[in-house]
Amino acid sequence: MTEGISKRIYRIQFALLSPEEIRKMSQIKIITADTYDDDGYPIERGLMDLHLGVIEPGLKCATCGGKVDECPGHFGHIELAMPVVHVGFIKEIKTFLDATCKRCGRIKLTEDEKKAYLQRINALNNENSDIDSMSLLVKRITDEASSRTVCPYCDAQQIKVILDKPTTFREEGIKVTPKEIRERLERIPDEDLIFFGMNRTAARPEWMVLTVLPVPPINVRPSITLDTGERSEDDLTHKLVDIIRISQRLRESRDNGSPQLIIEDLWDLLQFHVTTYFDNQTAGIPPARHRSGRALKTLVQRLKGKEGRFRSNLSGKRVNFSARTVISPEPFLSVNEVGVPELAARELTVPMTVNRFNIETAREFVKAGPAPRDQFGRYLPGVNYILRPDGRRIKVTKENADENSKRIDIGWSVERQLAEGDIVLFNRQPSLHRMSMMGHTVRILSGRTFRFNLAVCTPYNADFDGDEMNLHILQKEEARAEARIIMKVQEQMLSPRFGGPIIGGIHDHITAMFLLTHNNPLYSEEETVHMLSFVDVDEMPDHEIINGKKFYRGRDIFSTILPKGFNIKFRSKLCSGAGEKCEYEDRIEDKDVFIKDGKMLTGTIDEASIGPFSGVIIEKIYKKFGPHEGARFVDRMTRLAVGFLSTRGFSTGITDYDIPEEAVKSIAETSRKALEKIGTLIDSYNKGLLEPMPGRSLEETLEMEILGVTGEARDESGKIASAQLGLSNPSVIMARSGARAKMLNISEVAGMVGQQSVRGGRINRGYTQRTLPHFSWGDIGAEARGFVESSYKQGLNPLEYFLHSIGGREGLVDIAVRTSRSGYMQRRLINAFEDLKVDDSRRVADTVGAIIQFKYGEDGIDPTRSDMGKTLDLNYIEFDQKESAEA
Amino acid sequence: MGKFNVLNHELVPEHYVLDSKEEEKVLRELGITKDLLPKINKSDPAIIALEQSHGDINPGSVIKIVRKSPTAGISVYYRVVVSGETVR
Repeated sequence: MTEGISKRIYRIQFALLSPEEIRKMSQIKIITADTYDDDGYPIERGLMDLHLGVIEPGLKCATCGGKVDECPGHFGHIELAMPVVHVGFIKEIKTFLDATCKRCGRIKLTEDEKKAYLQRINALNNENSDIDSMSLLVKRITDEASSRTVCPYCDAQQIKVILDKPTTFREEGIKVTPKEIRERLERIPDEDLIFFGMNRTAARPEWMVLTVLPVPPINVRPSITLDTGERSEDDLTHKLVDIIRISQRLRESRDNGSPQLIIEDLWDLLQFHVTTYFDNQTAGIPPARHRSGRALKTLVQRLKGKEGRFRSNLSGKRVNFSARTVISPEPFLSVNEVGVPELAARELTVPMTVNRFNIETAREFVKAGPAPRDQFGRYLPGVNYILRPDGRRIKVTKENADENSKRIDIGWSVERQLAEGDIVLFNRQPSLHRMSMMGHTVRILSGRTFRFNLAVCTPYNADFDGDEMNLHILQKEEARAEARIIMKVQEQMLSPRFGGPIIGGIHDHITAMFLLTHNNPLYSEEETVHMLSFVDVDEMPDHEIINGKKFYRGRDIFSTILPKGFNIKFRSKLCSGAGEKCEYEDRIEDKDVFIKDGKMLTGTIDEASIGPFSGVIIEKIYKKFGPHEGARFVDRMTRLAVGFLSTRGFSTGITDYDIPEEAVKSIAETSRKALEKIGTLIDSYNKGLLEPMPGRSLEETLEMEILGVTGEARDESGKIASAQLGLSNPSVIMARSGARAKMLNISEVAGMVGQQSVRGGRINRGYTQRTLPHFSWGDIGAEARGFVESSYKQGLNPLEYFLHSIGGREGLVDIAVRTSRSGYMQRRLINAFEDLKVDDSRRVADTVGAIIQFKYGEDGIDPTRSDMGKTLDLNYIEFDQKESAEA
Repeated sequence: MGKFNVLNHELVPEHYVLDSKEEEKVLRELGITKDLLPKINKSDPAIIALEQSHGDINPGSVIKIVRKSPTAGISVYYRVVVSGETVR
């Protein structure tokens, strides 16, 4: 969008306001601290004077004659009785006082030094180099001048000025008044200013000591009228009232010759008020408070931080055409869809500009009124407002709908309610990656929540324990086209993080597909029809006839959702378990998933096939058949999973973890042996017989040995427990298929919880030399250091429970610390990268055109289109071609 | 420790100084001016090591860096030497 630019910024200059300039831009001198009189009319020359602008309808600005929305507001000014320093320039004032002579005001450098530095400054100016090196040079110059104790020009002895924070300067303990400071700054000659990095055309140092204070327009500090009719003034107005009051009292005291002490007190008070007017969080002074005790929000507070003007109002804004509500799951929706409550759909609108092609449609919409329904009582989009070509809004009601439908003509605009099929943006915060905001097509549903397919939980990182999400309605055709082509869920299925699928089946989907395909079970025709009724299928899969009845194989049922021509062969998760030898090692037909021409021949479907992050089937279908087929597979797979589970049923409970008496005994034996072993270790340590490991102290060696023993004990008892729990156990099915939990969790429940740890070691904190008063001092035995030999099912004894809680707390704290830290890190990265751009030649450059990378990522590869980070999966391509040729 | 030439370390990519002819050619190919190239400080250890074999390298010289990449094989990068004179 460079066409519409009529003016370009050539230069920006920052300068100080001089007292004359403040007076010049002021419309009126404010002398009264009052705001409104008893009738509620602004007092003349008060802080709400009509010359400063209007905020009340009906009144006219005394300066420009404009009404409420016409007058931009005008500045006024306050003449301060005595000068005060400006908190924002304390550092600069200090530098000026330090580096110049207190008597003659010249910078404490000899003519020769001046000449040399001037040359370097000019050189830097011509070089157009960065600001940093200039400020470094200025720092060096002023430091050198400050270190002089005798003025090279008038030989005056210099006294060190000490800054007594926040705003007082002292010389040998005696206060230097702002008036004196101002006089000294005035003495500094113009030609010396360049050594301070100050430009004479922009500023004079004495302007950093205020004699006149600008009064901002009332538009900046509007007063609000409460329901009770009471007026409440803005914080800035309150502060200005204080300043005027004190200034007046100070003037009176000075003029009628009050004691110096009283004048100084008032002067300090004026300084305080002016300081807090600028920044109410200045270190060293208590913040000015409202009567209620709330700290006032003054100028700096308005701008600074997350809630300040920049981050809250300029970088981010509240928007129209958006909705937010709780989310809930709906497995019958496609991943590309979102269920929108009727209530929201009636409020959210899409503009339709009437032209000769759509005028009839537009008329029909308007005619239907604001809440139309079809003959079955179902939602139909209506119209809330129509816009005349001059921009006037007309509300459509049931009564005027017919009439309005006749009024609209070409050039009018009709705000149509949300309809099924509209594309919208759906978002969940924190928006950590681009899949946090995706395009969905609308389905209007009853109820009050947004609904979507469970496979989309992963990219949004959503669950349904009360999460809320936002919906944005696109208002322009270009935006809708863009959303449809690049933002739709099916276009975002592969993550740019690792080039694999980020969308896939979760929990029940994986369990269901696992049960459906593992060992290729048989299902009766009735069951099969029920399952397949959840999916759109054209024909039944191949069947077998046993005892005269039709039966269907699980893998054949699964094959109905695979696209024709799809080939793949890979190892399932079931058989790639960590280290353990797979029990199907000898049964090739179960070890590898083999799909040929869209027909599943061998293997078991689990997390490695259809899970998010890992699902090979999803990834390969997506890459071979495109986004549409990819999304269709996920849609049908999730539906089939629901269909399957509603015939078979699936449940888990505490009885899943029942193991025979002998196994319990053998686990107890394991833990007894471990305790014994730890006992001997400690014994030999006490006797000094323990050999230290290389590079470790004796204590460290002991700890590591013990940790080894406890770890072994847990693994051992886990093995004993899981040997009793086979693949017919629901919990094991979930763990082995990757649907939820790990085998470790099962062994914690059925076998033994094991050693608890804090920061990688055994628990050793709490009381002096012991974790709890139940142990004796110096007890470093297993129980005293957080070894839990019970299982979750048995239950933990009080001591175990306590130490387990200590270990658990560490995890919680870690999460809290991690999220806040990584959040800030991400913010900094985003700010650093936000305006980098990849151009047509895949070159990465910033807005100036300076090159960051000559080829994006140095290889020019878009990770989204890569194969898990690699450029191509040649093995698969070869395999696919061979299989396709055979088929 | 003896003086170690950083360029001999396996993690440091190859650095070359371009002569004016090559320089011109590279800039023409890229279609940009020198000030838009990424910068490298004259005090950078790689430049100091390069100066040992090449003689003084003036600010404004263009350095060609050839990096090994697991995905791209080799990737070429150009950086222009800047004085980077910091006060003090």
